[in-house]
Amino acid sequence: MDRRRVVVTGLGTMNPLAHDVDGTWDALLDGKSGAAPVTLFDASRLATHFAAEVKEFDPDVYMPRKESRRMDRSTLLMWAATSRAMADAGLEFEEGDPAAERAGVVCGTGIGGIGTTQTQIELLNERGPERISPLAIPMIMGNQAAGAISIGFHMAGPSTCTVTACAASANAIGDAAEIIRRGVADVMVGGGMEGSVTEFAMGGFNSMKALSTRNDDPEAASRPFEKDRDGFVLGEGAGSLVLEEFEHARARGAHVYGELVGYGMSADAYHITLPRPGGGGAARAMQGALNDARVGPEAVGYINAHGTATPANDVTETMAIKTVFGDHAYEIPISSTKSMTGHMLGGAGAVEALISLKVLNEGVVPPTINHTTPDPECDLDYVPNEPRKADVNYVLSNSFGFGGHNVSLLFKSI
Amino acid sequence: MERPEIEAKLVDLLVDELGLERESITMEARFEEDLDVDSLGVVELLMALEDNFDVKIPDEEAEKITTVGEAADLVSQKLNA
Repeated sequence: MDRRRVVVTGLGTMNPLAHDVDGTWDALLDGKSGAAPVTLFDASRLATHFAAEVKEFDPDVYMPRKESRRMDRSTLLMWAATSRAMADAGLEFEEGDPAAERAGVVCGTGIGGIGTTQTQIELLNERGPERISPLAIPMIMGNQAAGAISIGFHMAGPSTCTVTACAASANAIGDAAEIIRRGVADVMVGGGMEGSVTEFAMGGFNSMKALSTRNDDPEAASRPFEKDRDGFVLGEGAGSLVLEEFEHARARGAHVYGELVGYGMSADAYHITLPRPGGGGAARAMQGALNDARVGPEAVGYINAHGTATPANDVTETMAIKTVFGDHAYEIPISSTKSMTGHMLGGAGAVEALISLKVLNEGVVPPTINHTTPDPECDLDYVPNEPRKADVNYVLSNSFGFGGHNVSLLFKSI
Repeated sequence: MERPEIEAKLVDLLVDELGLERESITMEARFEEDLDVDSLGVVELLMALEDNFDVKIPDEEAEKITTVGEAADLVSQKLNA
């Protein structure tokens, strides 16, 4: 029996470039950077003073303040993105609706409610344990967004979360699709988020020497695959995809952005933060996605790279792409949209999957900005600085996380 | 502190700290049934009362509060004790 097919029928995002899909797409084609000096807190004590924040985010637009004040910023971003995605899909469930029991969510995050963690630990130290908020635990827990979305959108089917660092929301989309394939749900929200522009998180990444410190020029700081790259630019944001069983979508006449045909994952099984030299783990994730879809490497017309702009990632990812695609690797347009969005950690995979779907639909590939002097070890076509027309049928989106988690999602036009 | 002042400050706290709609708040309103304040919200409110009125409210007394008016009574009693 043929397996159930999974298509994408709704897209929503909140990210440093825009609060919606169209605005994001326009900014990407214009090559805009979302990086700027930090406004969410006083970053003067840190080595890095800038980040890619979601600008002018007002959660009260999306829900009553009575609700919004009980959620961490990360959950609020995901909620807002999901409200857009559900509206885009034209889906709405009512409490007690039998269809709602066949709708669910998988939501990924890297470090959950880390902003709340920091403020509550400050309270603990300043005022003692009796002043810890009763909402501290539900706001910090990594599954808050999955729970909040099930509750808020009345989806009573499977509800779970993935916590695989920067691969989290790619895993969430893949796992959500698997749940539909298995037949236990017809509609799943898959996506994820991060709200980690906090002194604690940035301080931690600074200690790892993972962040760019190009404080004099934040917009030029995220330089994937470029010779002068000096680390990633911390971003925040959320991406939410409505995944739906193909016949279910067709029966209601839904607009389909594309089909998720391949989900590959692997572990580096090497080091908790460093990628395995040579990129063998990343290559197996990409090969896994191709195998899942039963297509050869020559079918792929665009790769949205993980492309963090850390010295280690960009070289190993380049090697991994060559391992899988051989000579065809040089013919595929590859871009790192993190050059513009910054690195949204747990939100990155979903936003980049969304961008990959837009590439399928628009026939244009967004650029990798800040690409002036290529790294000799990164010698593929990274679509430097200008968008490019490309008529593609298959797009691959890579996401790799601390812990050595590698995920590749393959989407096909329909 | 006079009773009207306590009530006004209490209403402000419910709006500012718990995000309730000002129009929905009366002294007779029940937290759970009328204002949809759950058990976590009640704990938040008690912390806010203690901080803003500079009083100490033991758990066993806090557990008896069901309406906005009873919360005002308790604060009034603590301030005048």
